Amino acid sequence: MNQNLRILIVEPEPDRVHAIIDALSGAGWSEIKALAQMSALDRTVQDFEPDIVLIDLANPDRDTLEHITYASEASKRAVALFVDQTDDALTQAALNAGVSAYVVDGLNMERIKSVLETAIARFKIMRQMQSELQAAKQALEDRKQIDRAKGILMRQRGLSEDEAYTLMRKTAMGQNRKVIDVAQALVTAADLLS
Amino acid sequence: MSETVLNCGYVPLVDCAPLVIAKELGFASEEGLALNLVRQPSWSALRDMLALGHLDAAHMLSPMAVAMSIGLGGLPARVDALMVLSVNGTVFGVSNALADTIGDVPFGDARALLAALQTRTDNLIRVGVPFHHSMHRLLLPYWTSAAPDLKIEAVTVPPPRMADAVADGTVDAFWVGEPWGSVAVQQGVARLMMTGRDVWQFAPEKVLAVRHNWVEANELSARRLMRAIFRASAWLDVQKNKPLAVEILARSEHLSISPEFIDPALSGELFTQHNIAPKAVGGFLQFHKHAATFPWRSQAAWIASRLGADATGIQKAKACFRTDLYRRNLSGIGADLPGASEKEEGAMHYETAVASTHGHMILAPDAFFDGRTFDFAEDDC
Repeated sequence: MNQNLRILIVEPEPDRVHAIIDALSGAGWSEIKALAQMSALDRTVQDFEPDIVLIDLANPDRDTLEHITYASEASKRAVALFVDQTDDALTQAALNAGVSAYVVDGLNMERIKSVLETAIARFKIMRQMQSELQAAKQALEDRKQIDRAKGILMRQRGLSEDEAYTLMRKTAMGQNRKVIDVAQALVTAADLLS
Repeated sequence: MSETVLNCGYVPLVDCAPLVIAKELGFASEEGLALNLVRQPSWSALRDMLALGHLDAAHMLSPMAVAMSIGLGGLPARVDALMVLSVNGTVFGVSNALADTIGDVPFGDARALLAALQTRTDNLIRVGVPFHHSMHRLLLPYWTSAAPDLKIEAVTVPPPRMADAVADGTVDAFWVGEPWGSVAVQQGVARLMMTGRDVWQFAPEKVLAVRHNWVEANELSARRLMRAIFRASAWLDVQKNKPLAVEILARSEHLSISPEFIDPALSGELFTQHNIAPKAVGGFLQFHKHAATFPWRSQAAWIASRLGADATGIQKAKACFRTDLYRRNLSGIGADLPGASEKEEGAMHYETAVASTHGHMILAPDAFFDGRTFDFAEDDC
């Protein structure tokens, strides 16, 4: 049982691929292949014969991957790891981290587990980074809108910057809305009237 | 009274309309339900989320529900189809190049199209389908088996990418649910040749799927959900409501698809070619009429048999189409209930009156293009 497992990663983003490969090779797995293009999947699965395929739960190409696993020989048929609901904690952890794994039937569960635990940890970090990035982008976008709205109020009503912001905040509170919503309404109205 | 929240998974297609309408027009809240509609990136994800309990109910490909119940596919789990959400509504289209090769074939003539493909093509034809366990993928070999020389390969392509796959030559043809056929036509990369209805006139396309143990533990919620969906589907089938339905679907956050791509499926006016007037297709996508929501056990049996199930598998499939719950939960709100729970699939070539609780149920034709019939009555299995 000392033979290495062949792991295929399906992921279009090179940064994420590197992160997963690093994590897996750090944990002692070396036979890893990454694939960005779905068009090459069929051939890659045949040539590389992976024992485990890792793919983002949200990746729309999962359906294509499933099709290929149905089409492969019965003895080598890959199954979604979630099949093994005997280990509920692992399944839930994978789900929460956004990993889906396809595993060739009959593999030793302990070996799968160690690959998956590494992948789950890595996916978790990437997912967190992604949502932080998303939040930062949104905050920046909101900030721009609020600044524009402040500018409009300062010009039209002759207010200072602080006064303009206070006015927006009061209006938002009075209407049970967010400041950004009020700002957006103001900017839209100003665009329409200008 | 606070509403019960139900997480319902769906894939953004026109035929998820009953769920969206049940939520947006308040049919769900009249039943004391708050539907939290959760968009899924793929059918596999929808299946896993339902099986693992992250979703309470799902808009599911009818063959997927059957496959799960008989233990096929990535994640077997016992799921039940509470009712059928939609009947038909799929299109078969070919790339411009393939359209030129096969020449003029009347739209919707499954036999003529097959004959033209057989005599005029030599090469392998790759057909894009949305998922392995889908009605599209089951009807494809059923249809082409009448032309044994034809070389056909089904390739799974996520539906939003179908138009691109035709454009770049990854596939030569596709069998897909709306709006993705219309999108390919409007992009000028494909021509529609027929609808799924031309191969099977009354094919259950999507079902309302729940876990078997969920429905056992949540009888009341299941009942309310079924009633809300039943009312939404009745609303959807009223001709005068269709323009509003298109508007609601286009505007709701659930479908991010523009109205001109939603309209063909709901109105049954399909653009088969770019820049050519649309064709009226009767019974293209049905939600309610002709007992469309009734989960016929014989439909489940047909699907199971096409998935290669044995007699035991066929019995399991039948059991997951919950005619018992349909009868129990919908009789009080005016649903007409058929006398039988199975029918001979393919036997009806015309609208046919059958025995029902209200005494006047008219079933739509359900014939197959080749005239075959399928009887899955108990003693035959």
